[in-house]
Amino acid sequence: MSVTVLLFASYADALGASRLALDVGEGATVSELLSRLRERAGAHALPPRPLVAVNEEYASPDRALRAGDTVAIIPPVAGG
Amino acid sequence: MTPIARLVRDPIDPTALLRGIANPANGAVVLFLGVVRDVNDGRAVTGIEYSAYESMAARELAAIAAEAAERFGTNDIVIEHRLGELELEEASVAIAVAHPRRDGAYSASRWVIEELKRRVPIWKLEHYADGTREWVDPTRSPAVSAP
Repeated sequence: MSVTVLLFASYADALGASRLALDVGEGATVSELLSRLRERAGAHALPPRPLVAVNEEYASPDRALRAGDTVAIIPPVAGG
Repeated sequence: MTPIARLVRDPIDPTALLRGIANPANGAVVLFLGVVRDVNDGRAVTGIEYSAYESMAARELAAIAAEAAERFGTNDIVIEHRLGELELEEASVAIAVAHPRRDGAYSASRWVIEELKRRVPIWKLEHYADGTREWVDPTRSPAVSAP
């Protein structure tokens, strides 16, 4: 199944993209998606457990994904 | 009124925010402005570019405003966060809270800025006097500076 991955700020710079479509297995978790993402060039910039949001809400690594989900990999936030 | 939270690209107008929360039931108004400072971690800063995961940041800001209203017992709350290129001394964030009592106004204002810094997906790219640029990572411990 296909999910949309959003990258921002330093992560977008490191991976050279702000939006990717990734294929993962049916029912794959956030951490399985991250493993797939780590195969890409520049992914060394990602920390072991980056903040992740699924469909605009923070999600844990064991969250199961559905086809069409939007998964944002969120660098340390620096608002204010 | 109901609490208001928004991302803005134009300069923040603090007096407009204060007018927006005016309410004769309130005895205290606290306005917090976060402004662009000329130094960070020992480096001379010339400006900051703010960016966000805009749809989620807007949701989180709205959730913080609503949670603050519930927690502190006032609906008279406005939060604005700037995006884009900011110069020194410009306000990047404004939080205006009105409350019947000063304790509530101060507490709500402080709570909102700390929550905002903890969970709203906004990032800043600092521009330095030497021409370089760097993403700010608040989780990284600052360089040890001489006493």
